[in-house]
Amino acid sequence: MIDATPARGGRPSARRPKDLLYSEGFRAAAYQIALAAAVIFIGLFLYHNVVENLQRQNIATGFGFLKEVSQFEIGEALINYSARDTYARALLVGLLNTLSVSAAGIVLATIIGFSVGIARVSNNWLLQRIATGYVEIVRNVPVILQVIFWAAVTRNLPAPRQALDLWGLGFLSNRGLTFATPVADPAHGWMLLALVAGIVLAAVGDRWARRHREATGKHVDMLWPSVAVIIGLPLIVWLAFGAPHLISFPERKGFSFVGGYTISPEFVALMTGISLYASGFIAEIVRAGIEATPRGQVEAARSIALRPRFIMRYVVLPQALRVIVPPLTSQYVSLIKNSSIAVVVGYPDLVNIGNTVMNQTGQAVEAIAVMMTVYLIISVVTSLLMNTYNRLVAIKER
Amino acid sequence: MKAASSQTPLATAVYDPLARMSAGDWLKRNLFSSVWQTLLTVITAAVLLRFFWFVLDWGVINAVWFTSDPEVCRAATGACWAVIVEKHRPMLFGLYPYDEHWRLVLMMAIYLGTVVFSLMPRNWNLRLLVPLWCVAAVSIGVLMFGGVLGLRYVPTSEWGGLPLTMLLFTGTVLFGMPVAVLLALGRRAPLPVARGVSVVFIEALRGVPLITILFVAVNVFPLFLPAGVQVDKLLRITIGIAIFFACYQAEVIRGGLQAIPRGQYEAAASLSLTYWQTTTRIILPQALRICLPAITNHIIAAMKNTSFVIIIGLFDILTATTAVMQDPLWRKFYVEAYLFVAAVYLFFGYALSLYARKVEKWIASGRV
Repeated sequence: MIDATPARGGRPSARRPKDLLYSEGFRAAAYQIALAAAVIFIGLFLYHNVVENLQRQNIATGFGFLKEVSQFEIGEALINYSARDTYARALLVGLLNTLSVSAAGIVLATIIGFSVGIARVSNNWLLQRIATGYVEIVRNVPVILQVIFWAAVTRNLPAPRQALDLWGLGFLSNRGLTFATPVADPAHGWMLLALVAGIVLAAVGDRWARRHREATGKHVDMLWPSVAVIIGLPLIVWLAFGAPHLISFPERKGFSFVGGYTISPEFVALMTGISLYASGFIAEIVRAGIEATPRGQVEAARSIALRPRFIMRYVVLPQALRVIVPPLTSQYVSLIKNSSIAVVVGYPDLVNIGNTVMNQTGQAVEAIAVMMTVYLIISVVTSLLMNTYNRLVAIKER
Repeated sequence: MKAASSQTPLATAVYDPLARMSAGDWLKRNLFSSVWQTLLTVITAAVLLRFFWFVLDWGVINAVWFTSDPEVCRAATGACWAVIVEKHRPMLFGLYPYDEHWRLVLMMAIYLGTVVFSLMPRNWNLRLLVPLWCVAAVSIGVLMFGGVLGLRYVPTSEWGGLPLTMLLFTGTVLFGMPVAVLLALGRRAPLPVARGVSVVFIEALRGVPLITILFVAVNVFPLFLPAGVQVDKLLRITIGIAIFFACYQAEVIRGGLQAIPRGQYEAAASLSLTYWQTTTRIILPQALRICLPAITNHIIAAMKNTSFVIIIGLFDILTATTAVMQDPLWRKFYVEAYLFVAAVYLFFGYALSLYARKVEKWIASGRV
């Protein structure tokens, strides 16, 4: 269907019909029109069939069902929800669950992945071998099998009475993971705001320091001022609110726990499965990033007596991050997509709830369209952010 | 093993590229190069030894290998490998009628024989392989479906276990690779419409989870067909996984295509080769060789991805094992059962990557 050489040859202008038939431009246009027509035709054909089939089976179309009452309960929800709420709200509950399990999974996968990745390039042969073995196993066992395995493990944990005690900070039982949390306080919101303000302030300071260095050649170390402002601002806010330090520790009571915060066994299983799987891939990305900086550069930096801290910050890290960040983000996106296997352990994520909605309303096309759109938006937003980042860190050729 | 030294061994060594490192030097350099490294080695070794001891104690010394009585397993402190011995048939063959399991054994033998035969370079001859695969496909079809030669008919809804995983995987790769090549060529084509169609297709499918595509294959695809036309569920699902696989593979192949220098196209054009001649004889053979490691990664990923069919209720090896583990008598020994399934996936994945490394070596030495 495609038949034109990539190198555009300069054929003399076609006059006779036969020449026209053999001219490259004419052929290219003809093939494209044919392809476009085929795509449009297939699209219309499928659309026609769908409409006809839905009419014949008496299935409603359109997104009107989103406003109807869902009539099903959801095990865990981050916002208020009951069976009297709409399908739209049920799907929102699912989306929030997807995002929360993904966020927790990303943090866990990053911590494990970076640790294992650094161990992979360790000078210590034993440690390096162990890390390699770990990576090979978690990467090559299907993620679904891992999630199902952890679900079986959490189901078989002891009951709350015999729960595993995690050094007084929490409990692990077949009810899930219960851990100590600070008692909610109005100060927390303001502290978060102060943290954001601190990060912004540190970024501004860093920018100023770089401008200053480029203009005058004088280095102003912004490391400690940055740390001070990022930790200090929330600390001041905390003190200003009278230092609320109440922490709610969970305690065994009857067949359950009081106090603390409990995450369900389904959440624990899904989070563990998808983050261990991702950690194997992240470890390999980190290893590649560390190995990306040629040894000679570090030696050169040392030979001009750059301090080790500066070698790390200005020579190794910028080059390593350029290699690490893009594949790392795509690992995060695929972790979010992998969270959709929640349905095998019964965690109510977007796909699980979408599946229920689909079965109740029979409107498969619309329900699947909602799920796909949400994941597409997540992917597209991530790749746009990634493109911006790549433009910012790209090697500046002068 | 107590040769702790805080000196760097390289400082005094004379560099001699021909000398092989002695065992002592190797230990010093890789395990005991400093106090900190020595400490790290000792701690890691202690943890590792404890772990190995646990594995030995649980998995071998106290394990129960053969018994049909779950109570014997319950009484033991070690692993219950007997659950695999006892339940291997429902785990490996799923819902397939029990008395017909010999057909699946024969099918797997034919399948593995054909695959291994085809992977050997000296058999890389289309005149040999195409008839072989046709014969293999027909005999596998006869064995699986039955209905002829006095074999009982078994519908695809009763297929299951490892043979199903193999069929899904083979279907995915055989159908997905050509689609992937076409999509990659489309994305690199000089025609804007072809480029646009390919880009939208690839990016849209890569942006969604595989599960949503399986939902489409099961719930929406039947709606696309005119009234009265039906496509088997197993086939629909295979096509779904294959297209998903093709979109990822297309991006890999595009990377290979981009690595081909312009001069190759220009040389082909100067010989007045057509687009398809250039593509199939000059560009693709080089591009596919370049990106072979990444292609292998995605083929292994395709094998792992077949396990997603548990969500839509196909009885592959994982679904079958999960179903077996619902048995209240044996469900306590889920660790052993899932370890077995993981070992099956690891075995095939490892075999594939070993083979791919071999092919890379052949490519490097100019053999293929």
